[in-house]
Amino acid sequence: MIAAILAEWTKIRTLASTAWLLVGTAVLTTGVGVVVVATTHQSSGGGSQDATKLVLTGIDLGQAVVVVLAVLAITEEYGTGMIRTTFAAVPGRVTVLGAKAAAVAALTLAAGTVAVAGCLIAGRLVPADGLGTAHGSAIGSITHGPTLRAGVGSVLYLVLVALLAIGIATVVRDTAVSIGVVLAVLYLPTLLAQAVSDPLRRHIQQVAPMTAGLAVQATTNLGKLPISPWAGIGVLAAWAAGALLLAGLLLRHRDP
Amino acid sequence: MTAVGAPSRTPDTGRGGGLRPALWAEWVKFRTVRGWLVGLGIAVLMCVLFTYLVANGIHSGTCTGTGVTCHSGHPAVPTGPDGTAVADSYRYLSRPLTGNGTVTAQVASLTGRISTNPVNVAPSPSATRPGLAGWAKAGILLTPTTTPGSSYAAVMATGGHGTRFQYDYTHDRRGTASDAAPRWVRLARDGDTITGYESADGTSWHVVGVAHLRGLPGTVRVGLFVTSPVAFRGQTGHPTQATGSFRHVTVTGAANGGWRSQSIGAGRADFYPVLGTGGARVAGDEVVLTGSGDIAPAVVQGVLGTNTVASSLLVGLLVGSIVLVVLAALFVTTEYRRGLIRTTLAATPRRGRVLAAKAIVLGGVGFVIGALAAAVAVPVGDRILAGNGVYVFPAGVGTVVGIVVGCGLVTALTAVAVLALGTMLRRSAGAVTAGIVVFVLPYLIGSNLSGAAETWLFRLTPAAAFSVLGVLPRSSLVDYPYTFGNGYYPLPGWAGLLVLAAYTAAALGAARLLLHRRDA
Repeated sequence: MIAAILAEWTKIRTLASTAWLLVGTAVLTTGVGVVVVATTHQSSGGGSQDATKLVLTGIDLGQAVVVVLAVLAITEEYGTGMIRTTFAAVPGRVTVLGAKAAAVAALTLAAGTVAVAGCLIAGRLVPADGLGTAHGSAIGSITHGPTLRAGVGSVLYLVLVALLAIGIATVVRDTAVSIGVVLAVLYLPTLLAQAVSDPLRRHIQQVAPMTAGLAVQATTNLGKLPISPWAGIGVLAAWAAGALLLAGLLLRHRDP
Repeated sequence: MTAVGAPSRTPDTGRGGGLRPALWAEWVKFRTVRGWLVGLGIAVLMCVLFTYLVANGIHSGTCTGTGVTCHSGHPAVPTGPDGTAVADSYRYLSRPLTGNGTVTAQVASLTGRISTNPVNVAPSPSATRPGLAGWAKAGILLTPTTTPGSSYAAVMATGGHGTRFQYDYTHDRRGTASDAAPRWVRLARDGDTITGYESADGTSWHVVGVAHLRGLPGTVRVGLFVTSPVAFRGQTGHPTQATGSFRHVTVTGAANGGWRSQSIGAGRADFYPVLGTGGARVAGDEVVLTGSGDIAPAVVQGVLGTNTVASSLLVGLLVGSIVLVVLAALFVTTEYRRGLIRTTLAATPRRGRVLAAKAIVLGGVGFVIGALAAAVAVPVGDRILAGNGVYVFPAGVGTVVGIVVGCGLVTALTAVAVLALGTMLRRSAGAVTAGIVVFVLPYLIGSNLSGAAETWLFRLTPAAAFSVLGVLPRSSLVDYPYTFGNGYYPLPGWAGLLVLAAYTAAALGAARLLLHRRDA
């Protein structure tokens, strides 16, 4: 297993696109967070905004880059036929999948940590209209429990999205289709939930991977969340596990 | 990828072949990949399915005009002479007029009160503050019937928009008089022609506007009216009430019946939020009317919801676009992946022509798929919304055709833009991701931004093209926050499409440049 992970690590590390995608994840996530915070105004009488959640909005975009990274780790090998060499070298196909998942997860963890840290630091530096400390809704220090949960949870969210993408990409085996499917699975239920009215909206938000997973970013009004923070991460983890399980089963039964 | 089909009629596919052989070759390439055809079917099916899901998930529990009772289903919304939804609620003191005649009155004063409760809370006379809505109206109105939604012509003093002559809800002419009271107004009927006059002193009159109300019966009702629309403070609407004092009321012509005071369109079943039904009082020469409501196009006033024939289409259109984005990227990147691009460019050495042929094929396919999906999804969504008791703003055939064509253009332009991106990057990952994210992201982060920043997202990014779905009625005669949060896109549909078209053109230009400069 260690050898397989090292092999996958070498492969992904030496791809020119990997570095760009990792930098892109961090920069885009932080950038969107800064823009959102800088342009947000406290809505009059509409309840206080959750500043920590706002500054982490960039994850909405950053996850797309993580998806590309994860999908490419799988589909590039299918596209070039490299996958046959890989399986010749490591006949345990599930081992290969696990090794790839580990390598991608490690890279996502690193990029995600930088991105989330960037967001939280930016949130404390950027002056935001109407997100003043008076309402007690400004970003707390990282030692503040809910803020820490939002930060760690967001990194975890990105890692789980990468694993979900690995699973789906292994099932689909084509870059364009995989990215389309993963982004559709993430974004569409979110938009669907925005469009429909309540009992259904809540149900969608409880089971969809993105809305459930991002519940972990909330630091205020936890009672109003459709799903509690860690349970939401659990839902996303179940999606990722399901995708990886299906990928493992298909890998065993299909010719590469 | 199967064969590059040679055109049957023009065997020379070389330099002098023109665009048609290249076009034919690209079309054959597209239609012979079974997976892509399946993809097109999936795009249409997913669009309809998601429209169905969204429409099914929208239920309404609306409150009636007075805000006292709330129940499922929607209150009555009158339909104007041209088939659009209108508000038609006012206090009317009128008498019958047979044949031609005139009504003259001096609007001595116009004052008002504004409810401190929002429209969805039952109004109470004690919870008000003084204030006059800009579109509070007091004047003379002529109508064949007092049924809400009927044809009319009226000349009036307004709270903040001067003297106006209006007819049939959408037609409006401004006089020259200032808002300062007193103002004189006169309405004259001559056959089907109604003329509105204004005067500062009651002796020298000049015309504000003329209306031709076709099919006006011999006997109509003429009289004084007062109404006062919902006033908005930020996003919250407050019902208002206006009191108009009239003097020197004279009617010429065969006006035989007695005066009758009526509250029009302000019952429990009517949608327009009112602050009391008002009343009329005659004291010597002075006539005082108090009224609440509006005579104008029905713009959403907080109780109707914001549903149109296009409102459940957005997610479906996004799904269809995502499928097309994937196909568009594959259409060119697969050639790079397999090396087929070298054969293609050998067959058609003019590279710009290859790109143009691909763009035309993909644009055509994208248009057909987008328009087809919308043409199926719009009636599906409309029917389900109506079944759920949700109010859907009436839309004419022209509006529906506009939505269908608009959706086709959105998917066509998107597909071509992604094709260009795929040509530039030669890999599908970036093209697909960009094609999806630019459309989805404004909707995801927009709601967190302030109104201004959100509006700019839908002006400047390719997502502006979704303005083709913005068919909610808007009117310069109604003060309403026409914001994105209330379902109003900042750009008209055609302008949004132009924004996307500009991005597509820029991407195509860059792709053409790179295709010429680079080795295949």
